Amino acid sequence: MSQLHDDKLKFLEEKANDIRRSIIRSLQAAGSGHTGGPLGMADVFTALYFHILKHDPANPDWEQRDRLVLSNGHICPVQYAAMAHAGYFPVEELQTLRKYGSRLQGHPHRNMLPGIEVSSGPLGTGLPQAVGMAIGLKMNKQPNQIYCLMGDGEQDCGIIWEAVMLAGKLKLDNLTGLIDRNNIQIDGMTEDIMPLEPLREKYESFGWHVIDANGHDFQDINNAFEMARAIYEKPVLIIAHTIPGKGVPEIEFDYRWHGVPPGAGPEDKFAKADQVAEMLSRLRTLDGKIRSEHQ
Amino acid sequence: MPANPKAKLVENILDLKNIAQAPTRNGFGEGLVMAADEDQNIVGLCADLTDSTKMGDFARKYPGRFVEMGIAEQNMAGVASGLAAIGKVPFITSYAMFSPGRNWEQVRTTICYNDRNVKLIGSHAGVSVGPDGATHQAIEDIALMRVIPNMRVFAPADMIEGKKVTYAISKISGPCYVRFTREKTPIFTTEETPFEIGKAQVFWHEAEGKKSDVVIFACGPLTHNAILASSVLENEGIGVRVINMVSIKPMDTGAVIAQAKEAGAVVTVEEHQISGGLGSAIAEVLSANHPVPIEFVGVNDRFGESGEPNELIGHFGMAPEHIVEAARKVINRKQEI
Ligand SMILES: Cc1ncc(C[n+]2csc(CCOP(=O)(O)OP(=O)(O)O)c2C)c(N)n1
Ligand SMILES: [Mg+2]
Repeated sequence: MSQLHDDKLKFLEEKANDIRRSIIRSLQAAGSGHTGGPLGMADVFTALYFHILKHDPANPDWEQRDRLVLSNGHICPVQYAAMAHAGYFPVEELQTLRKYGSRLQGHPHRNMLPGIEVSSGPLGTGLPQAVGMAIGLKMNKQPNQIYCLMGDGEQDCGIIWEAVMLAGKLKLDNLTGLIDRNNIQIDGMTEDIMPLEPLREKYESFGWHVIDANGHDFQDINNAFEMARAIYEKPVLIIAHTIPGKGVPEIEFDYRWHGVPPGAGPEDKFAKADQVAEMLSRLRTLDGKIRSEHQ
Repeated sequence: MPANPKAKLVENILDLKNIAQAPTRNGFGEGLVMAADEDQNIVGLCADLTDSTKMGDFARKYPGRFVEMGIAEQNMAGVASGLAAIGKVPFITSYAMFSPGRNWEQVRTTICYNDRNVKLIGSHAGVSVGPDGATHQAIEDIALMRVIPNMRVFAPADMIEGKKVTYAISKISGPCYVRFTREKTPIFTTEETPFEIGKAQVFWHEAEGKKSDVVIFACGPLTHNAILASSVLENEGIGVRVINMVSIKPMDTGAVIAQAKEAGAVVTVEEHQISGGLGSAIAEVLSANHPVPIEFVGVNDRFGESGEPNELIGHFGMAPEHIVEAARKVINRKQEI
C-alpha cells in the first residue's frame, strides 16, 4: 500500500476539520438534522472527495467518474460539506441546508444538486442501485468504480441482503461497499436493537471480500480503498470503524446525538445555547490533536 | 360563532395565538397505553423509531409486550400478522412512508388478505414533516391503504381525536390504519367531541337562517384550516359547513350524500395527493349517487420538499386562503350549471 506523505496527511486533516466545522454550522442554521453520523464520517468523506474518488466538481456528469452512492441519506450534511469544500458549490450555500427552496434537501435529491448520484433517505435503497450501476458498467465494459456508503443500523434492512447476495453471485469487483460501523442507531446501540455481529463473516459467506479499517486514520482508510481496487473476482466491503460525533469529545459515542442538531442536543455536557460555540471550540480531528497544529 | 355546538369544540378555535397545540401522534401514545391497560393482548412493534412514533411510553410500561424490530418494516408487517394469528392485537409503528409505504404488499397479503387484527400506525405523514424533505413526507398513504379490502382508514384531526381513534380501533377486530403527523397542530376538539367509527361529524354549521352554500369535507389537522377558511367565507355572507371525515373508510356515505345535496357544491381538504385520497373517495360516492361540482385541496401530483411546515402547506396550496379560493370557485361553478 502506498504511504501517504506528511504534507498529504496534513492537507487531509485540515480539510476534515473544515468539513466538521461546516457540518456544525450548517446544522445549526438548519435547526434540525443529524449530528452523530456526519461528524463520524467526516474523515472517510474527506479521504473520498480529496484523495480517492475519480471525479470533477466542475463537471459532475463526467462519463469517467467513479460513482458515490450514499445509501444512508440522513448523513448527507457531511456529503454536502465535503462537496462544497471540493468545489461543487459555494461553501456559503451550506447554510441553506434543509430550508425551503434549497438545493440541499434534508435528504439528498438527485434532481436538485448536481453530483448527487441517487436520491436517498429511506434506508436500504442505495445498495440495490449501486449493484445495478455496477452491473451496467460491466455490461458496457467501463472501468469506473462504484462506491456505496451505508449505515450499520441500515444493515437491519432485508433488501440490503438481497443486494449483497446478488453482488456476490455476479462477482461485482467494481463495487466497493463501506459500512459506517459506529455501533449506534436511533433506538440505541446496534447490538441491542438488532445484533449484526459477526458482520465480517456474514458478508464473507455471501461472497464478498471484507476489510476492516480505522475510519479516523487516513493511512488506514487509504490502504483499505487501495486494497479494494486490487481485489478481483469479488465485491469488497470496507467496515469503517468510526466514532459517532467524532471530533467533539463531549458528544462522541452518544447515540442521543444521532438525530439532533447542535443547539438542540442533550444538555448534560453543554446547555443548548452554548452547544454550537462549545462544539466549534472543542473540535479536533484524529485523537484529540491536529498533527499539523503541533508542528 | 357558528362552530356546531353539538361538536363541542374549543371556545378559542379561531385564536391561533392562544389555542393549545400538540402533534396528533401524542394522542396515539396516550391512547395506546389506555388501551393496553385494559387489554393484555395488545402488543407493540416498532422499527427503530420508538420514541418519535410515540410508542415509547407503552414500551417502557410493558417491556414484555414490546418487540424492537430493528429497521425492518417488511418483517414487522409479517410478524404482526403472525402475532395476530395467535390472538395478540399488534400495533405496529414507523413513519408512514415506511409502514405502510415500504411494506405495502406485506400489509396487503399477510394482514388484509388473511384478515388479521393488526393496527398500523403511520406517523410523520404529510408534507408538514418539514425539513426532512420528500423522502420522508408520505402523501400517498391514504390511497395505498383505502384501496385494500378489509382495511379501515382513519386520519385524526388533532391529538385528542388521535387518542380516541387509537382506543376505538383496539376494541374492533380487523386491520386498521391510522395516519398521524409530526408537527404541533391546534387541539380544537375536546374529550366531549363525538367520535364514532364510520361517522362523519359536522364541525361547522352555517349561521341560523342561512343556507348551506358549500360543504367542506376535511380530514387530519387541515380540518382546522378548513374552519379558519369557513370563518372568512362566513364573513362574506357565504353559508359553509365543515365535515370532519376522520373515518375515511368506512365512510359515512349517507352523510356525504346528504350534505352534498343540501349545499350543491363540495370542497375536499387533505394533506395528501389529490389522486386517490379523501377527495377521490368522496368523488366516487358523489358521482355515483349525487354528482355536484367538487374542488380538491391537496397536493397536485408532486413530491414534497424541505421547508418549514407552514411554508410547505402554503407552497402546496393547502392554507386557509387556498380553501377559501376553492370554495368561491366551486360556488361559481355551481351557479354556471
Ligand atoms: C426504511 C427506513 N426506516 C426508518 C428510517 C428512519 N431512520 C433514519 S436513520 C435511522 C437509523 C439508522 O442507523 P444507522 O444506519 O446506524 O445510522 P447512524 O444512526 O449511525 O447515522 C432510522 C431508523 C429510515 N430512514 N428508513
Ligand atoms: Mg450507525
